[in-house]
Amino acid sequence: MSDTISVNGKQHSLPSDPRTSLLDFLRHDLGLTGTKKGCDHGQCGACTVIINGIRINSCLTLAAMHDGDEVTTIEGLGTPENPSVLQKAFLEHDGFQCGYCTPGQICSATAMLQEIANNWPSDASESLEGEMAATGEEIRERMSGNLCRCGAYANIVAAISEVAEESA
Amino acid sequence: MRPFSYTRARTLDDAAQLTHDDTAVAIAGGTNLLDLMKLQVETPETLADINRIGFGGIEDTDDGGLSIGALASNTETAVHPRVRSDYPVLARAILAGATQQLRNKATTGGNLCQRTRCFYFTNIDQPCNKREPGSGCGAIDGIAKLHAVLGTSDQCIATYPGDMAVALSALDAQVEIATPNGDTRRVPVRDFHCLPGDTPWRENVLEKGELITAVTLPAPVGGTQIYRKVRERSSYAFALVSVAAIIEIEDGKFTRADLAFGGLAHKPWHDPRITDALVGTVPSDEIFDKAADILLEDARGFGENDFKIPLARRTLHAVLQNATEAAA
Repeated sequence: MSDTISVNGKQHSLPSDPRTSLLDFLRHDLGLTGTKKGCDHGQCGACTVIINGIRINSCLTLAAMHDGDEVTTIEGLGTPENPSVLQKAFLEHDGFQCGYCTPGQICSATAMLQEIANNWPSDASESLEGEMAATGEEIRERMSGNLCRCGAYANIVAAISEVAEESA
Repeated sequence: MRPFSYTRARTLDDAAQLTHDDTAVAIAGGTNLLDLMKLQVETPETLADINRIGFGGIEDTDDGGLSIGALASNTETAVHPRVRSDYPVLARAILAGATQQLRNKATTGGNLCQRTRCFYFTNIDQPCNKREPGSGCGAIDGIAKLHAVLGTSDQCIATYPGDMAVALSALDAQVEIATPNGDTRRVPVRDFHCLPGDTPWRENVLEKGELITAVTLPAPVGGTQIYRKVRERSSYAFALVSVAAIIEIEDGKFTRADLAFGGLAHKPWHDPRITDALVGTVPSDEIFDKAADILLEDARGFGENDFKIPLARRTLHAVLQNATEAAA
């Protein structure tokens, strides 16, 4: 297939085997191993990437379905020399232990803060309308698609809260 | 995953042609289908990608209702200004389901057509009349915590797992279906899903080659709208019992009581007798119990899911109580 996909601003041809998930395409074909394979069934969120500004599970979509799309992975959010504000906050707050879920957590949180800025409600929102706030309860609900089996949740929420407060 | 060929449909006609074959399946969001393909529960030979055929818009209808395109994502629907203001029960139901990542991909049509999460259905080493007709039902004498207590058969006790359709049932929405010969037919959401009976593999009324193009909501009815979902953890879990309710109380009496229930059956459960019993009465514990008596008249548990019967009663009671307080 001759179609192309943009990953972190770089154009790539889509894979020839249609079975290739977007996750496998990123990791195996492009060598972008920051995105992690946890459950491969959309239950853990380790594979979360941002497509056209929207966060999704890259394990539950085929690369072939993303002709013309713009994908941002953890590698596209920041580098060790120049980390994003969320990456910095995760370091400062110890928002991880083994680190396996972290790229997914940070991609997810990056898009999540935009959702709050858009005033999109969540299941935890008292009202469906008006301004949404990044309270601890809201962050926990909105991040429930990203599991951390080390249980670093308290520090993950602290890191996200700090960034939310700074950008509010 | 078994090998398959992948084709992109460009138009509705394309999609109808491509999915007419028994071995072909349409893919939209893919969050349920690809999961089942990895488990080899679904083994299509052809996948027809219908994401680029249009039908993603959310538009006002002439009678003041709202048409939600089959390919609108669950997020797009839940955050739509009119869904939030005029159909809050629908926004609440969608937001109570899955995760943001999944809701961003899942579509209206796909959500209606999602398959059961019965453990026996999703495990190809287990018997399941739905997956393999005639192989038996593992759940009836097995692990049945998530399973149905209403409308079951000796072939299948699976539940329809979704939340969105429960709210659509309470709202009496219509499913718009394009037929292969180019016509459109409309089916009430309340009649879209089937009970298992002797054909548990048949989960809805879609015929081969038919595609959902939209779901249409009637003009707003107002009232107090509640979606109450009871689950084993407070986020990202399927409903054990859920209740979608649109309640109006005037001069101290119910004037509207549109209710639908999730987690109890092979379809979103709607029983018009409950509406009839409530409308015109003064809210009271006795009348709430009567509504629950009607709902659960033919309920039958299978051991592990016996708890759903008292849980459904208490959840309905709580919803009616909350709605009464909200109207006061």
